[in-house]
Amino acid sequence: MEHIRTPKVEQVKLMDRFSNKSVTGTLHLTATHLIFVESNSTSSQEIWILHHHIASVEKLSLTTTGCPLLIQCRNFRVVHFIIPRERDCHDVYSSLLSLLRPVSYEELYAFSYNPKQNDQQREEGWQLIDLAAEFERMGVPCDQWQLTDVNRDYKVCETYPRDLYVPITASKPIIVGSSKFRSKGRFPVLTYFYQEKKAAVCRCSQPLSGFSARCLEDEHMLQAISKANHNNRCIYVMDTRPKDNYSNIRFQFVGIENIHVMRGSLQKLLEVIGMRSLSMTDYLVGMENSGWLRHIKAIMDAAIFLAKAVTVEGASVLVHCSDGWDRTAQVCALGSLLMDPYYRTIKGFMVLVEKDWISFGHKFADRCDQLDPDPKEVSPIFTQFLECVWQLTEQFPQAFEFSEWFLIQIHEHVHSCQFGNFLCNSPRQREDLQLKERTYSLWAHLLREKQNYLNPVYSPKYAESHPVLEPSTQAYHFRFWRNMYHQYDRSMHPRQSILKHVLTLKETNQELEGTVEALKSKLQKLGASTSPLKPHTSPRGRTLPSRPKSLILGAPPVSLKEADEELFGEEATEDPPVCTGAQRTVEGSSATENGYKELMNEPSVVTLEFGVARMTC
Amino acid sequence: VAVLRQSGSSSVCNFSQGEEEEKVWRQEEIMEFAELIKTPRVDGVVLHRPFMPKVEGTLCLTGHHLILSSRQDNTEELWLLHANIDSIEKRFGFLGTIIVKCKDLRVIQLDIPGMEECFNIASSIEALSTLDSLSLMYPFFYRPLFEVIEDGWQLFVPEDAFKDLESMTDEWRLSEVNKDFSVCPSYPSLLTVPKDIDDESLCKAASFRHGGRFPVLSYYHKNNGMVMMRAAQPLTGTNGRRCKEDEKLINATLCAGKRGYIIDTRTITVAQQAKARGGGFEQEANYPQWRRIHKSNVLQESLIKLVEACSDQSHSVERWLSKLEASNWQSHVKEILTTACLAAQCIDREGASVLVHGTEGTDSTLQVTSLAQILLDPACRTIRGFQALIEREWLQAGHPFQQRCAQSAHSNGKLRGEAPVFLLFLDSVWQILRQFPCSFQFNESFLVMLFEHAYASQFGTFLGSSVAEREKLQLCQKTVSLWSWVNRPQELERFLNPLYEPNNLVIWPSVAPQSLLLWEGVFLRWNRSTKCLDEAYQEMVHIIEYNKELQNKVNSLRRQLAELETEDRPLQTP
Repeated sequence: MEHIRTPKVEQVKLMDRFSNKSVTGTLHLTATHLIFVESNSTSSQEIWILHHHIASVEKLSLTTTGCPLLIQCRNFRVVHFIIPRERDCHDVYSSLLSLLRPVSYEELYAFSYNPKQNDQQREEGWQLIDLAAEFERMGVPCDQWQLTDVNRDYKVCETYPRDLYVPITASKPIIVGSSKFRSKGRFPVLTYFYQEKKAAVCRCSQPLSGFSARCLEDEHMLQAISKANHNNRCIYVMDTRPKDNYSNIRFQFVGIENIHVMRGSLQKLLEVIGMRSLSMTDYLVGMENSGWLRHIKAIMDAAIFLAKAVTVEGASVLVHCSDGWDRTAQVCALGSLLMDPYYRTIKGFMVLVEKDWISFGHKFADRCDQLDPDPKEVSPIFTQFLECVWQLTEQFPQAFEFSEWFLIQIHEHVHSCQFGNFLCNSPRQREDLQLKERTYSLWAHLLREKQNYLNPVYSPKYAESHPVLEPSTQAYHFRFWRNMYHQYDRSMHPRQSILKHVLTLKETNQELEGTVEALKSKLQKLGASTSPLKPHTSPRGRTLPSRPKSLILGAPPVSLKEADEELFGEEATEDPPVCTGAQRTVEGSSATENGYKELMNEPSVVTLEFGVARMTC
Repeated sequence: VAVLRQSGSSSVCNFSQGEEEEKVWRQEEIMEFAELIKTPRVDGVVLHRPFMPKVEGTLCLTGHHLILSSRQDNTEELWLLHANIDSIEKRFGFLGTIIVKCKDLRVIQLDIPGMEECFNIASSIEALSTLDSLSLMYPFFYRPLFEVIEDGWQLFVPEDAFKDLESMTDEWRLSEVNKDFSVCPSYPSLLTVPKDIDDESLCKAASFRHGGRFPVLSYYHKNNGMVMMRAAQPLTGTNGRRCKEDEKLINATLCAGKRGYIIDTRTITVAQQAKARGGGFEQEANYPQWRRIHKSNVLQESLIKLVEACSDQSHSVERWLSKLEASNWQSHVKEILTTACLAAQCIDREGASVLVHGTEGTDSTLQVTSLAQILLDPACRTIRGFQALIEREWLQAGHPFQQRCAQSAHSNGKLRGEAPVFLLFLDSVWQILRQFPCSFQFNESFLVMLFEHAYASQFGTFLGSSVAEREKLQLCQKTVSLWSWVNRPQELERFLNPLYEPNNLVIWPSVAPQSLLLWEGVFLRWNRSTKCLDEAYQEMVHIIEYNKELQNKVNSLRRQLAELETEDRPLQTP
């Protein structure tokens, strides 16, 4: 590629973020990745960084040892290289700058990523999630709600999906009229139907005119939603924004801040936790000042309000914010997750993300900075949603089929642009780009690796007995999500992971059950007949199927050696961990599918050492 | 100590013979405390606890317990040791209400019909929970309902620890210089000191150290022969007194040409100020082979503020974080862990010996020496080893439990030496346990149980402040040791960590603030419902146990199969 001026720089130092340790190695620049390979006879740790993951590259002022290059990633990895020669550093720097600012969607990794699947497999991948089937699961269409074809050609609303569900009494003129009154044409549509009480969760954008203006069609629309619920005619209109001057008493204001506040808040949080030799006081004060957890709680409060209104009062709720694709998506999705145990399963969570985020036009391209962006449009809205789900998994450890690694992996790929799902801003754009024909689906990929994302203590029985989650909103329940924001800072994690340990045991148990059965039947045969035994048929426990290496969970159990060699905080001594065999860091799941592996002449045993750190909890 | 903790059987109204006996003996007890108990019994009392249904029943006061019994089958009774009560609040309205704040941080409310009854109960509780005389404490009256098979008092004697040491090195001897506790009242009678230092020198060194706490061996690191010693501050005073014997004593622990580290658990300013009061620190000129490091650890009021923050019902995240920060508790945890890591690092990584002291050598010094041993010595991470560590580094080393644990977070009177030093130690152990969840033989419940018993207990283990005091009180003869109870297989089971896999290595925890958590098992214990968490833990235990079961099954089936095969073979061979 013409952007790459220097494909390889040797004698590069990788500095540890929080101590004075460093390792030396070679930096490679490919069309898709920045790769650091540690040059050490006993260990060869690799770090793969996808260009799309890079949020910023900074060249710091020259030091005696070389030229420092600071790279911050959207998955919260921060790497600090020192490149001996200034010119090399500048070459890498400018190459990266041009590489990480793709101008068109076609330049994104998803269009070149090839997991060696045929067209049929790819198609099947895209068919895994079917939203029509999802609405059917909710019991829609029904006698009160129908599918409308008004948006078949994206004529009424460009950012909505083609298939929309509305009350049967909402005629086309009402819909069209209402859409004209709403920002970006995002008129009220159904997103979740609570069958038990026939209560609906609808979403839309803000009304276009201020306080005094009226729109009869929009009022009819609301009436239609209200009429569709026989149990409770009252309908809540939740404006998720903080209260402002056009308020109407029927409105329930929730007070979730806008994308700019959220962006600033995350920035402050990352600044605090990125500090070296951080004191407890600075940490806690910094957490408080960043306001991050307050925002998380605000979203949670709104979702809890929504879930209560629907499940307890049986009232229908209309949720909106400004455009109806940020805060509205957060609240609708989280609210549904509280109400419906299906969304707390792996498949169900995918459906939920597909429905409330992807299909209803959350602007992933803008918010996640996929193309040469407007920095004012970037905001961690989806990250916040994932974090809210994580906070819930902490309160309800048995309610979720997945563990936090599922959430983290989704986050990783929202930014990796390796799969087609999260590209672009709306379903229409995706169709225009023919993503389903040209890229692969993340969901298929994640389902194949499902066993790694399972929560070993998940109990379907729990879901039966607790269909609706009622989380506590006591302030101390809101914790810092270390495994997300420090997933690459190995020194911060527990050295042994309970989650991984128990997950492995659970898998072993399944295998053992099989072995027990096999042995029993063998014994029965022996006892029953005297037929000669084949010599040397010593029953051997089947070995576990090996996990795909590309996974964060695919590592062997944490070696105690590693635990021993780990150093604490800033007081650590200088000697690096002694490790046997090769180690590699796998960025997302991109590394193994990449052809680079063949170049590396990989040893047969691969220790995903950094992967282990990411797994710990 | 806590509700139903002492005997599971009292939860159900199903009196066994043993309990009948206990009842009789309680009568005697009531006689003794009769004058303090004006109203021994009130009916129609309602008990309120967070996250639990209220219980209506009869309140009884005995000499040592507050008992609320609903007199219904299968309903829990509340048995609360008076010694567990930190403070009470009275509210008089339509009903009399007493809010009881316990040392284990629980807060309960009792609604009592009748003003006079309420007033009497309150004043009795106040009197009974602040008894001054140690010999009136419950451990002296408690008779175990179990047979003591292994006497905890005899489990961890210094002679045995020394035997272990002798098998590794011959550089040390057991000195009887403190046999009558005259050299140092807070030390035990037997002390491990360098072989070449005679008792006379020890006496001189003792006169140079605060409270007579001359440097003694705390830990021998068998990996490289380095040692950790502890002492109290040297009494250099303003004119820089020195003591040749003290210098000789600690130098005797250094190998030729080696340097050691002195870890002073105070900041340099505090250490300087101590000179004015006769204390001080080791001058470089007199201790040329030692490098001094100052690490601070001041601990007061912190716990009160933390517990206040935890019981704040406001739902504001900002307010919570700000109060958590203001309490400084987490900072203390970070500080003490950092210092312990530093000490362990000097020993294991730098191959240097270490002397740890603060002012009196009975608080932060012990936190550092005991935590460092948990990092360095895998034996301390077993349940027995941890008991031995507490016995050695806290009880025998003279941590003044009696003063420190007299009150906990709800004390509102003036403090008389109370400080949650031991709790901070347990919190730090919990932090390490969280980071190495498979490396400890015991679980969180074990640490919580130790916290409870340090503050109020039916056992004598944590009574008194030094070995001398315990001998005077004849605790061995008159009370039951906590270890006698804990180590019974039926009790021990609850405290075992199902994930334990012995790890023979030194462990290095992270001390970054992001890695340290609030110990919710203690500080939020009574403020939240843990049902979901407990069930998830049970599920985890189930998975682990099921795994063991399956492994056994597979093994036995294979054995069976192998037997069949060998039996079959001769039949088949002609």
